[in-house]
Amino acid sequence: MGSWRRGLPAVTGHRLFWPVVVLVLLLAANVVYRPSFLAVEVKNGHLYGSLVDIVRLSAPLILVALGMTLVIATGGIDLSVGSVVAVSGAMACLHISRQPDQNNLGGVLVALAMAVGIALLLGIWNGTLVAVIGIQPIIATLILMVAGRGLAQLITSGQIITVNSDPYRMIGVGHVLTLPFAIVLALAVTLLVAVLTRRTALGMIIEAVGGNSEASRLAGIRARRIKLLVYVVSAVCAAVAGFMMTANVSSADGNAAGLWVELDAILAVVIGGTSLAGGRFYLGGTVVGALLIQTLTTSVYAMNIDPQTALLFKAMVVIAVCLIQAPAFRAKFWRRRTSAGSPAAPAGEQRKEQVAA
Amino acid sequence: MSTTQLSERLHGATRWRLPRRQLPVLVSLGLLLVMYGIGVSQYRAFSNIQVIFNVFIDNGFLLVVAVGMTFVILTGGIDLSVGSVVAMTAMVSAALLRDGLPPALVLLIALLIGPTLGFVMGCVIHFFEIQPFIVTLAGMFFARGLCTWISSSSIPITDGFWTSAAQERIRIGDNFVTVSVLITLVVVAVAAYTLAYTRLGRNVYAIGGNQQSALLMGLPVGRTRIAVYTISGLCSAIGGILLSFYTLSGAPLIAVGMELDAIAAVVIGGTLLIGGAGYVLGTVLGVLVLGVIQTLITFDGTLNSWWTKIVIGGLLFAFIVLQRLLGFRKKSFSTR
Repeated sequence: MGSWRRGLPAVTGHRLFWPVVVLVLLLAANVVYRPSFLAVEVKNGHLYGSLVDIVRLSAPLILVALGMTLVIATGGIDLSVGSVVAVSGAMACLHISRQPDQNNLGGVLVALAMAVGIALLLGIWNGTLVAVIGIQPIIATLILMVAGRGLAQLITSGQIITVNSDPYRMIGVGHVLTLPFAIVLALAVTLLVAVLTRRTALGMIIEAVGGNSEASRLAGIRARRIKLLVYVVSAVCAAVAGFMMTANVSSADGNAAGLWVELDAILAVVIGGTSLAGGRFYLGGTVVGALLIQTLTTSVYAMNIDPQTALLFKAMVVIAVCLIQAPAFRAKFWRRRTSAGSPAAPAGEQRKEQVAA
Repeated sequence: MSTTQLSERLHGATRWRLPRRQLPVLVSLGLLLVMYGIGVSQYRAFSNIQVIFNVFIDNGFLLVVAVGMTFVILTGGIDLSVGSVVAMTAMVSAALLRDGLPPALVLLIALLIGPTLGFVMGCVIHFFEIQPFIVTLAGMFFARGLCTWISSSSIPITDGFWTSAAQERIRIGDNFVTVSVLITLVVVAVAAYTLAYTRLGRNVYAIGGNQQSALLMGLPVGRTRIAVYTISGLCSAIGGILLSFYTLSGAPLIAVGMELDAIAAVVIGGTLLIGGAGYVLGTVLGVLVLGVIQTLITFDGTLNSWWTKIVIGGLLFAFIVLQRLLGFRKKSFSTR
């Protein structure tokens, strides 16, 4: 009992505690609504079930949010990911739809390479604006957010391009080793990013750039190059997410593909405990955040609530999680609960820090 | 550095200060005139004065929303909720009118909801120190969700007051404007006066320039920050009413993405996104530039609507690079 009590603050104080609690509550609500919710079955050697669906549908969001995490870690933000999703999906579908044999694997790979190539260019464009020209990230990426939608519609000539290609559909709905391919892909990218950032110095360098770009430059880090890199990574992640989303429905819509995904991704990152001020990032938190958002969306669908009304719930969850995580809110709440005056001083300090930041 | 060089520099600085601060607005004005000139030289009908009035009629609600956004951006914040608040206001008015409430009461309720949401968001931003980006994003989701909660389909407005406000034509010579245009102009005038000549306006510029300095100078930082989000909410509510005059209905998915148009208009109008510098007049020019682009593309007929987005993106780029070249930049940026 004693050790449990001592351990409690450590658990509740963990940055992932509240997001995980909300996630578990959501899952529990689903189980109450539909007891078969947790059931996972194997059909034809493939895994099926609501939980598998949630993870599969959250795969694109996880990818976009991973790239976003790195960008936010450098103190930036990337609003253009939704447009990159639309552009890359449109490009891949356009190239596949023009081929005589859409099931030709080679042709699909060329289409994917072309789309990733465009995403690289878009990422370099964002990165150059931020790192070389020195424009505020939120504005620099706003340009592509607005213009990219137009670009996507230009590629599709304003039409919805449908493709009928098995290799391409594989990305969205295929299975590998009993697991949906999208989950495997998202898992692989997550592990790759995690290893590259946490098993090498790259992660620390990114955090250093986010903490203080100028100081990191003086310490010998090529801050500009790192900033450029994260925007390119973010764009490529968004491109792969674009493949998943368009492959899921076998069509590319320049207007609707990836709409609002930038907002969902930013939310996932923030829910995961990464501060928008930069300097720290938590990949695990981001994945939990993305799962939380997708679970919320899926639950709303499952409970026959209008998908648009789901935004109402999303707003409440976002505000609740952000409030709980906000230092100022915690300080005020804590001060009210304990009548002792001791936490007042740290609260005041926190205030000063925030103002300075 | 010798004294002569220093004095030369100082002299240079004083000589350049005035145009530098107003240059972005002047560039917007120049751009607007050039685009209008192109329109007049290409299409005969473009020189009709009604074309200009139509730009105001079609973009009045955007102008009102962008004016509110100007206040927020001047303090260095951002308000992503405006588009949804516009839709929510139109939706609430349509729903209440359908239920038979008197128009005056509906107007009052509709005009109260937006500022209330803005006030709450401002309080959360100030007291809990959460980034405006996140808070107004939640506000955007909330308002949009509320729209579909009221009704998932469009509600027509048949009320006499609304239809007469929508159809009333105020003749100026051979041409006409709508009631909405007059309301828009009043809002613009009040906003310009507030920013330029009142204490609140001074505080807004001071906070945008440097929040900490403003705090140390004893300015009411908290009150002002909450006030700008409330003002933005009020402007969005007025914009929503104007939109319901314009479309005579409330639709849950109307004005999606309007926050981007408003931000683009404010930036093209020469307001710095880091805050502290900009004019309401610039925002008016920014909205007119967007309106004239749309008119040009409509007149052309062969260009598709998505070119509007690409052109707006290009203009955003040009203006941001211009600001950068003029040297407006904070040493340490943040994504507040």
